[in-house]
Amino acid sequence: MQHRREISVALAIVALWIVVALLAPGFFTAENQRDLLMANMPVLIVALGMTLVILTGQIDISVGSQFAVCSVAAGVLAKSGLPLPAVVVAVLLVGAALGASNGALVAYVRIPSIVVTLAAMVALRDGLRWITQGAWVQDLPRGFQWFGWTLPGSEAITVSVAVILFACVGFGLRNLAAGRAVYATGSNEAAARLIGINSRLVTFCVFAVAGALTGCAALLNSVRFNQIPSNAGLGLEMKVIAAVVVGGASITGGRGTVTGTLLGVALLGMIGPALTFLGINAYWEKAIQGAIILAAVSFDAVGSRSRVRRRGRPDGVLRRA
Amino acid sequence: MFRRPGDRLLEATSITKAFAGVQALKGVDFAIHAGEVHALVGENGAGKSTLVKIITGALAADSGILKVDGQPVPNNNPSIARSLGIAAIYQQPSLFPHMSVAENIALSLESGGAWRKVDWKARRERAAELLERAGAPDQLTNDPDRLVASLSMPEQQIVEIAKAVGAQARILIMDEPTASLTSLEVERLFQVIEALRAQCVGIIYISHRLDEIFAIADRITVLRDGEAVGTFRKDDVDSTRLMHLMVGRELSAVYPKRTTPLGDVVLEVGGIRVRSGEIVGLAGLVGSGRTELAETIFGLATTDSVEILLRGKPVRISSPQQAIELGIAYVPEDRRQHGVVLELPVAENISLASLGKISRNGLIDGVAEHELAQRYIGRLRIKALNADAEAATLSGGNQQKVALARWLANSPSVLILDEPTQGVDVGSKAEIHQLMADLAERGMAILMISSELPEILGMSDRIAVMHAGVIRGTLTREEATPQKILALALGGA
Repeated sequence: MQHRREISVALAIVALWIVVALLAPGFFTAENQRDLLMANMPVLIVALGMTLVILTGQIDISVGSQFAVCSVAAGVLAKSGLPLPAVVVAVLLVGAALGASNGALVAYVRIPSIVVTLAAMVALRDGLRWITQGAWVQDLPRGFQWFGWTLPGSEAITVSVAVILFACVGFGLRNLAAGRAVYATGSNEAAARLIGINSRLVTFCVFAVAGALTGCAALLNSVRFNQIPSNAGLGLEMKVIAAVVVGGASITGGRGTVTGTLLGVALLGMIGPALTFLGINAYWEKAIQGAIILAAVSFDAVGSRSRVRRRGRPDGVLRRA
Repeated sequence: MFRRPGDRLLEATSITKAFAGVQALKGVDFAIHAGEVHALVGENGAGKSTLVKIITGALAADSGILKVDGQPVPNNNPSIARSLGIAAIYQQPSLFPHMSVAENIALSLESGGAWRKVDWKARRERAAELLERAGAPDQLTNDPDRLVASLSMPEQQIVEIAKAVGAQARILIMDEPTASLTSLEVERLFQVIEALRAQCVGIIYISHRLDEIFAIADRITVLRDGEAVGTFRKDDVDSTRLMHLMVGRELSAVYPKRTTPLGDVVLEVGGIRVRSGEIVGLAGLVGSGRTELAETIFGLATTDSVEILLRGKPVRISSPQQAIELGIAYVPEDRRQHGVVLELPVAENISLASLGKISRNGLIDGVAEHELAQRYIGRLRIKALNADAEAATLSGGNQQKVALARWLANSPSVLILDEPTQGVDVGSKAEIHQLMADLAERGMAILMISSELPEILGMSDRIAVMHAGVIRGTLTREEATPQKILALALGGA
């Protein structure tokens, strides 16, 4: 079945809802749901970029550090008196540049992405700590928080941006030749090259786009508070990769959808708060998340093994005389 | 055991083996004596590798008897074969590149627990001794700590031979050992073989190069279509007769070649000319440079020395994108690896090279995509659950048809096919041949690489034969015979 992963994650969400509704209906108050939604919008946006990266068969574990750099950059630029639109453009460019530098090293220098982005993760995080000396960005100008508007207004903006980006990435993957190029590159790079796809350019671009999306998420997150921690986005990469993988994307590339990613973000985002409402010790949260990820990946392994079996033995044995 | 020259080391009687209904070996008899070099010759697919794999225990025979030293070996497997003193050396050495020469030799010879203590000094001494017996040059013998990755191809082969000598190999199988050697290195290898022969080792020597076989072999067995058609002493046979025996079958398969009026020359490269409406067969042995030539035309490998003319104009093609824009399509040999995108549905695989045609304003039109896919699924009789089934769920033959359909949908003016029917079942094979004839009739220029002589002879208007990276000659359909093609492919006139 084509969408079996999406369906099973959706069923898991529904099951969780039912359990929580029966045992801890307080979870469903409007205020709690709103908090949950707002906290996970940035995660979703970063996960969209991560979906693209994973679809091409790569990985980016530096998104958390990129997120921190972009957040601090947003605060510093806003304090410097730059008008808000200029801050927005600048932060998106910073994100895109960070992603592009990863992408260039992976696509053109041919360094494995896990190594490149591990280096970037550490370098960006510690570089930022050194520059800021651990200090948070405070005394943000009045026009920065909530985009200088009201809280509901800025929340509406955040949700709309996330929905629009989700729709754009999903539409592009389905309906544009560029989207096909992403799948083809991740599935079989040699074949992609033979079809005339510039697989290196594709790889470079997905990293740059993922960086820009991370910048966007950092911006939307920063305006929610009146100060910006210099350690923003700590652990974000794991949260995001987990969501994408739980959503059914193959870690080796070529398979996955944005719908799966959305469901993955929803499931993993709900688990923690739901456990709190159920009165289960918060220490269990990570363990349960880990179990969910393991279950999702095992699902993949079992599924692909049966596919290989069906394909049978190679039929060219005889000719290799 | 004490052995004398002429003792019968190994005897295989009435060996049969079938793969998925195809009879690879049909009752082959084969024997090897101590101190003998016994050459095994035959076309690609004649069954040489299958026979070797049965002797080394990598495959089990369906029926027949294998005897070593007169004792039957009923359930041969790789470890039994090793303990009986059977060793094989392949074209590509199977060594660990990041380990030293001494470690590589030790790993194949030492046994014992995982926690045993390694005696490095003994390892080195053992390696040096074996290397010397295998005829290694002094610089290798004196330095067994060198990493295998730093050795040249012939040096690696000597390490393989040293492993075999150390394993007390009495029967040594050499499968195309000279394929990547220069003539000087071949000379050295022959000296080693002579030395092994003097030690009463029986050597099975497989090669396409008849001159080498006449230089080194004592006896020659010819395999054809899974049968041993004859075993000769070297002096009782000549190369003409051997070649005749290797290909001597009638072309029984029916090839739907039609005569179509030929148009202008479309592609010209390295002495090959392909006209529109023409199928040019590119023959040659494995490793003669045919695939490399195709890859050069398609922009996958850039070779300055090859000039490509397209409709009379010189072109430089440095990427597949460029080649596709110029109307060239290439269906590679290994479709599983380079052809279909396994995770994508059949429809998306078929449309992948012609997205421009089914897009409107840059958006892929799903309906047009499915129409296109359905057209080719019908025309090529691709067996798939539906157009949305993942390509990974299709059988090998059908995956190949999907790879072919992709390029047909793109309607190129030049089509390069690398082994278009390799590993394809008989039915699909005929359909693919039919399709090639259709395409030529509609004016496509087709360059077909094939190792199968009947296919080359049956489908081509003209046949170009390649040897050692150069086109050795071109034959018309009328003048081509298997013998002439083979003579050119072996480097003769």
